[in-house]
Amino acid sequence: MKQSKPILEVRDLLKTFGAVVAAKDINVDVSRGEIVGIIGANGAGKTCFVNMVTGYLKPTSGSIVFDGIELVGKGPREVTQAGISRSFQVSQVFHTMTVAENLTIALAIATNRGVSALREMETPELTLQRDAVLKRYQLEKHKDMTVNVLSQGVRKLLDIAMAVVSEPRILLLDEPTSGISVEEKFDFMDVVMGALKEDNVTVLFVEHDMEIVERYVSRVLAFYQGEIIADMSPKKALADSKVQEFVIGKRH
Amino acid sequence: MLRDNTSKVVFIGGILIIAFGFFAPNWIVNQLMFGFSRALAILGLLVLWRTGLVSFGHAFYFGIGAYTVAILDIQLGVTDVFLRLFGGACLAGLAGFFVGFIMRNYRDIFFAMLNTAISMVLYGIIVKTESLGSTDGFAISLPTIFGVAPETKYPLFVVITVIAMVSALLVNFYLKTTVGRLTTPIRDNEIRVEYLGFSVAHAIHLKYTMSAILAGGAGALMAMSLGQVDPDSMINWTVSGELVFITILSGPGNVIAPFIGSLVFEVLRTYAFELAPHLWQLIVGGTFLTIIFFLPGGIWSLIMKFGRNKS
Amino acid sequence: METFLTILLDGLQFSSYLFIVSAGLTIIFGVMKILNVCHGSFYAWGAYTSAFFIGKFSDMGMPDGLGFLVIIASAILVGLVLGFLIEQVILKHMYHRDEVLIVLATFGLFLVLEDVILIAFGTDPYFAYQPMALLGSVEMGGITRDVYGLTLIVVAAIVAIGCWLLLNKTKWGTILKAVIFDREMGISMGINVPLVYTLTFIGGAILGGLGGAYIAPTISVAPGLGTEVIVLSFAVVVVGGMGSIMGAAIGSLIIGLLRALAVHELPQVELFVVFAVMAVVLVFRPEGLFAPAKPRKI
Repeated sequence: MKQSKPILEVRDLLKTFGAVVAAKDINVDVSRGEIVGIIGANGAGKTCFVNMVTGYLKPTSGSIVFDGIELVGKGPREVTQAGISRSFQVSQVFHTMTVAENLTIALAIATNRGVSALREMETPELTLQRDAVLKRYQLEKHKDMTVNVLSQGVRKLLDIAMAVVSEPRILLLDEPTSGISVEEKFDFMDVVMGALKEDNVTVLFVEHDMEIVERYVSRVLAFYQGEIIADMSPKKALADSKVQEFVIGKRH
Repeated sequence: MLRDNTSKVVFIGGILIIAFGFFAPNWIVNQLMFGFSRALAILGLLVLWRTGLVSFGHAFYFGIGAYTVAILDIQLGVTDVFLRLFGGACLAGLAGFFVGFIMRNYRDIFFAMLNTAISMVLYGIIVKTESLGSTDGFAISLPTIFGVAPETKYPLFVVITVIAMVSALLVNFYLKTTVGRLTTPIRDNEIRVEYLGFSVAHAIHLKYTMSAILAGGAGALMAMSLGQVDPDSMINWTVSGELVFITILSGPGNVIAPFIGSLVFEVLRTYAFELAPHLWQLIVGGTFLTIIFFLPGGIWSLIMKFGRNKS
Repeated sequence: METFLTILLDGLQFSSYLFIVSAGLTIIFGVMKILNVCHGSFYAWGAYTSAFFIGKFSDMGMPDGLGFLVIIASAILVGLVLGFLIEQVILKHMYHRDEVLIVLATFGLFLVLEDVILIAFGTDPYFAYQPMALLGSVEMGGITRDVYGLTLIVVAAIVAIGCWLLLNKTKWGTILKAVIFDREMGISMGINVPLVYTLTFIGGAILGGLGGAYIAPTISVAPGLGTEVIVLSFAVVVVGGMGSIMGAAIGSLIIGLLRALAVHELPQVELFVVFAVMAVVLVFRPEGLFAPAKPRKI
């Protein structure tokens, strides 16, 4: 059941770096609550797209409208404050701090905007909220461990949890399962997607593993050389000849 | 405000020291005054150090604080200790606020060096300007407290100790607020802080301005304790180097650390100069290297270790 | 006209020794990413060593011309001994640590070495004017100049050309440029980066020592020598761009000529002007005028 107005409208997005065209003719509408998979070979423009939506890169031209607000020209901080969060391909966390401290800071920044940032941070309420997040993402047993001794998988969980505590309406995950062993991938995604479904968050994630894509998304965007070559359900996308040739790598 | 252990120690410690000072000989009271004055500047540098920033030019603010006292005294006849302190700290804070707009976009070496450059510009101006005292500097009249000209140094000592206590408590509180906690996170991963929704530039600007106010206050108190100002004890890059040295020596672990480190430095300097004047730089340099290699958490980490072993 | 020539030559001489010292500093920074505060010590040690031995040999009755050999030998000795010791004993163990911490360590080293000079050479100044006196003076454009000062300009030019040749015409130069550009890439291409680091540091130290050794005959070699030169060479390296020899050259020229102008025309701003330029460059172009291009990481 589609909402009448899409939560995210991307129009004619173009990004060039000198003579290199990283993204071109990007037109996408995303509805509230959709789970969208973004696939494509390396260098196809997926991360560039994520970087533009989250304000890290400024598009050469085009518009990105989020719930009626134009995002182009806003930096990562403003985009986050507007309601879009992201996780990173290489987890971006505070490596000399513990898991609990990482989450506390993320929560504090999300809840203590403006002048209230001058109030004491570790209130009992914040601690309760943080413990709830630890539980949801199964990070409790790592709670007092310093991040730089933890495995990739745990770091990625933390990375995503930190993005989620600001209660974003759209969440972009950049290769959430990369670096996680094949046996653990599904468990990992079950935890993440289960927690996200509860809050009816709109999710877009970049992924290389087609099994993950098939299992968790309702819609696929396939990128190739900076353009979207397919925008359909996972089953249709994986059967599509262009996707097969340019993304999965099969030749006829 | 007095909930945690640190605050309790600061408060009780401060009161004990004030009482102790009443009976202590003059030379000890002097050491304490110099040490506590300088420690204020170190408090500010501690906050910046935790954020991953080292300034090699905070003598700029220290000097502004000191010279403001001189100008207030000589040009305007202001003798009140609080007015002088307030004047010095505010002027330095204002300077820090404006410089902060530029400084908040720099990191690492560039941050360190831009501060040095600015401080040396002021040094150059003062050294070559007769009306600003040139290399000789100025002597400063003793401050009055609540309109009374004290007969001994003790009242000034009490004022300095109280200011030190209040500053330590305020900074300690600041470090518990959300914005105050954004020290290590900024050092570890600035980009993530921005992506979480907080402006790193604003956070750094605030810390920098605070450090300027503290350094200015330190300079003002030091000027009043010494009874004189001159560019080589207040603004030269060697002064900035000393401030950095004491910061590293103290360790970033706690707001009490700067006071301990500052006192150790004061004692070390007095005795090193008496026993072996040609070895002062060697001692400082050697201590620097020792701390960097073997005790990166400074004296404070040693105290913590010792405390843990005892219990 | 005389004043102009005097200022020009003073400026060029000043720029020359600044360049020789700063070239070493900038190369060390470019390759090792370390802002070496104890570079001032190489300069001071070079000056003291050459002044000491020139004096000694002169006392022994040896010809004054030997002084030039002493100068070169002092620079090499200082660079080899101090450079090697510092890099192997201290720096090597710090490469993985925060770059600001490394700078602080070199600052600590500088302080230590300053006092060691006092212990080794005492507090009295040394005079080693013999090589300068030997070359006499010359009349040009209505003023009298020491020939020795003019040879300083020649030496700086030789160093500049030598660096240029090394970097652009030899295999070593290519290796250096690769490591400057991207250390990780250098390692993965089989470059022996630790060796490059050690040799670079020694080379930079030799240049620092050469600046001091060559200037010794023209000044009274006294404590505090190192302090002056550090801040000035920092200013040069900031203005010119860290890691660029060309930048060090242009930076030295700018700073040197500006300072000569100030000393002659407006002595009040002498100290101020150098740091003002440094501050301005840091604000508007922090990489300096000629910083080498940095690779884009993602």
